[in-house]
Amino acid sequence: MAYDAQFRVWRGDDTAGDLHDFTVQVNEGEVVLDVIHRLQATQAPDLAVRWNCKAGKCGSCSAEINGRPRLLCMTRMSTFTEAETVTVTPLRAFPVIRDLVTDVSFNYTKAREIPSFAPPPGMKPGEPRMAQVDVERSQEFRKCIECFLCQNTCHVVRDHEENKTAFAGPRYFIRLAELDMHPLDQLDRKNAAQEQYGLGFCNITKCCTEVCPEHIKITDNAIIPMKERVVDNRYDPLVWLGRKITRRGAD
Amino acid sequence: MTDIERHAYDVVVIGAGGAGLRAAIEARSQGLRTAVICKSLFGKAHTVMAEGGIAASMGNANANDNWQVHFRDTMRGGKFLNHWRMAELHAKEAPERVWELELWGALFDRTKEGKISQRNFGGHEYPRLAHVGDRTGLELIRTLQQRIVALQQADFAEYGDYEAKLKVFAECTITELLREGPDGGIAGAFGYWRESGRFVVFDAPAVILATGGIGKSFKVTSNSWEYTGDGHALALRSGSTLINMEFVQFHPTGMVWPPSVKGILVTESVRGDGGVLRNSEGKRFMFNYVPDVFRAQYAQTEEEGDRWYEDPEHNHRPPELLPRDEVARAINSEVKAGRGSPHGGVFLDVSTRLPADEIKRRLPSMHHQFKELADVDITAEPMEVGPTCHYVMGGVEVDPDTEQAARVPGLYAAGEVAGGMHGSNRLGGNSLSDLLVFGRRAGAAASEYVSAMSDSRPAASQSDIDAAAARALVPFEHEGGENPYTLHQELQQTMNDLVGIIRRADEVRDALKRLEDLKERAGRVSVEGHRQFNPGWHLALDLRNMLLVSECVARAALEREESRGGHTRDDFPQMSPEWRKVNLVCSTDGNEVRVERKPLPVMPPELLGLFDRAELRKYLTEEEVAVLGAEVEETH
Repeated sequence: MAYDAQFRVWRGDDTAGDLHDFTVQVNEGEVVLDVIHRLQATQAPDLAVRWNCKAGKCGSCSAEINGRPRLLCMTRMSTFTEAETVTVTPLRAFPVIRDLVTDVSFNYTKAREIPSFAPPPGMKPGEPRMAQVDVERSQEFRKCIECFLCQNTCHVVRDHEENKTAFAGPRYFIRLAELDMHPLDQLDRKNAAQEQYGLGFCNITKCCTEVCPEHIKITDNAIIPMKERVVDNRYDPLVWLGRKITRRGAD
Repeated sequence: MTDIERHAYDVVVIGAGGAGLRAAIEARSQGLRTAVICKSLFGKAHTVMAEGGIAASMGNANANDNWQVHFRDTMRGGKFLNHWRMAELHAKEAPERVWELELWGALFDRTKEGKISQRNFGGHEYPRLAHVGDRTGLELIRTLQQRIVALQQADFAEYGDYEAKLKVFAECTITELLREGPDGGIAGAFGYWRESGRFVVFDAPAVILATGGIGKSFKVTSNSWEYTGDGHALALRSGSTLINMEFVQFHPTGMVWPPSVKGILVTESVRGDGGVLRNSEGKRFMFNYVPDVFRAQYAQTEEEGDRWYEDPEHNHRPPELLPRDEVARAINSEVKAGRGSPHGGVFLDVSTRLPADEIKRRLPSMHHQFKELADVDITAEPMEVGPTCHYVMGGVEVDPDTEQAARVPGLYAAGEVAGGMHGSNRLGGNSLSDLLVFGRRAGAAASEYVSAMSDSRPAASQSDIDAAAARALVPFEHEGGENPYTLHQELQQTMNDLVGIIRRADEVRDALKRLEDLKERAGRVSVEGHRQFNPGWHLALDLRNMLLVSECVARAALEREESRGGHTRDDFPQMSPEWRKVNLVCSTDGNEVRVERKPLPVMPPELLGLFDRAELRKYLTEEEVAVLGAEVEETH
């Protein structure tokens, strides 16, 4: 049933800001985004927030609710008690633009650095044949809605701006794993995963997996297998020897 | 106004959903400098919401499928009001467009032979939808997004600049198109950065509209906030025309509870994979709602319908898989007759039809969505569903081969913003294929248009740019005026109640009166705060588009005195063969919306011949069918 909730919402821009208190009505079945919309319609018309689908499919409305990275549209008000104050703040790992909107361009920059899908040269449209079991591994990672909650929560960059140049983050580790496990892809990105995208920074604390709204097993199914493949590739003496020989042969 | 940020491109694409991205990929591949402008972040477009799949007659699941069968299903779904040439091109080219996605990295679900799997859907004779679980739209967007990145990487290798030939301008809203004089070609577009509120002008001789639909004018909708009819309104205001605006698709299955999620889509795949609709008495009511035109193609008994899933060759499909307009009306009638579910919908049950693991595998997003938003476990209990505004069949009047918009040289439209392809009702799965087929065609045609141009390109006048800037700032001039959020809610209520799934002349007239009043009040709208990321201001500007497009819907709905597809008139319940020959064309002089009648393009006899005569007689006039008779006799 409807009740009045206490909300604290961070408002400000790249220069300054603070938490603002609101008392706002909440109705049965609502999510936090509904309440933010009610604030816009009744008390704070210029409150900035990103959102699109309101169905957990587009990954736009990422923010932190009581300090936890969440999608505003998938956080139901019934998960809080009526007496609880709900605090909504912008993603911490990215620079604030205004209110709950942050500059997430870091992610688009990283996306562009990873070499794209490379099918076998000369493959014709309609030609690929792949077994369901073989595509399923990469399909799990392609469920990603790019909400960037994993990027936001990862302690390698959350409070360490200096690591950002050398670290692509969990979202792009699953992209690397997706391409590595893609039945058609021909390119080897394993060395690059280690050397350019900072896979080695990850010490598998699984915070990314915990916040993923799509329940992708980022650490277990992407990062750990990629770490193993990197190790196989770089440190297996037979592979190392084979690489030496073929390289020499090519010369 | 002198130092407005300016960018010059060969082709500007407005919208970054499936159609926009496919158009941009094509234009860039033809060597043109291309910009994509979108209101949201790159990769967030409404296309991600598409669940079921992409319709393409690849014949992987049933070898009898081919483009002719797909064409036939599309025309039937649209109740023969489709532009035949668009339906033909769409059916012919969809398979190539799907296969091409695979070479760009898409991973569709597979058949046992390792081909792309295809699933059943409403109105499609064979399993035809290429899919990835129930998140096909996301796969489509991600694949196109990654293809754009791949092209940018190629440009980086060649020019040292990722954005040398193709750039995405995200979180940027276009408010006006610019032409060289009132009758000249397209000269560009005017807009603002959402983040800073600063204005920006794009100089370009070709603009492709790929802005999607209009659903945000309705209260109960599956559409996101972006769907404010921007492209429809931009086309109209720049002098082009819209057709078929009276046809709005209400998807039969949206969530109905809790109230805050009312309207969110429940994919048709639930029914395609065996889910059934029941009323409060437990009855599969769809068997009572099979219209005459479809009687021969659907099962008469539950037993036959159930057998069809295993043996489609010897049984007819269950009526739960009728085209969407039929199912939506049936649900509406059941609820009105007092046989609805507790929250005003009907029951959609897949829990008694498939094992729990199979449901989770085939419908993971639905399982997730109901669990998280409604506390309903769809593997154990039925869902409650009801109609939700989902898609507008109407849109910019375009040339079917080039997507060139009527009356404005250099303007193109593709995807939901374009009209004609789907006639009076779109089949599920035909939207994603539409985006790809006509997105590519628009990109190619715009490139050809620009390439053939001399060096002197159309130029926008400074006075037009100044006027566009002044118009965008009007909401800041008033103080204590109308609240844009309130106006938006009133508009949504009006359209939902008076121009919704069932319409009557007196109600639509009432709606037009209210729209007039809202339009007047929208002139006095005021916003608080400043221009930096100000949602109140953004809504105030979007409102203008929603009001204009809503007026088109209402005027066309009042004019068409018959019921067909996504337009049901309580006072004219029959489908009329005479009205089938008519398209309603909307235009505006800046103040009023005009609706004119225009003959529907006539389908050539070789396509007409794909249908049997008895079926054609249900839709066409005797004279039209007679044409076919004469032709057939001549060829024999």
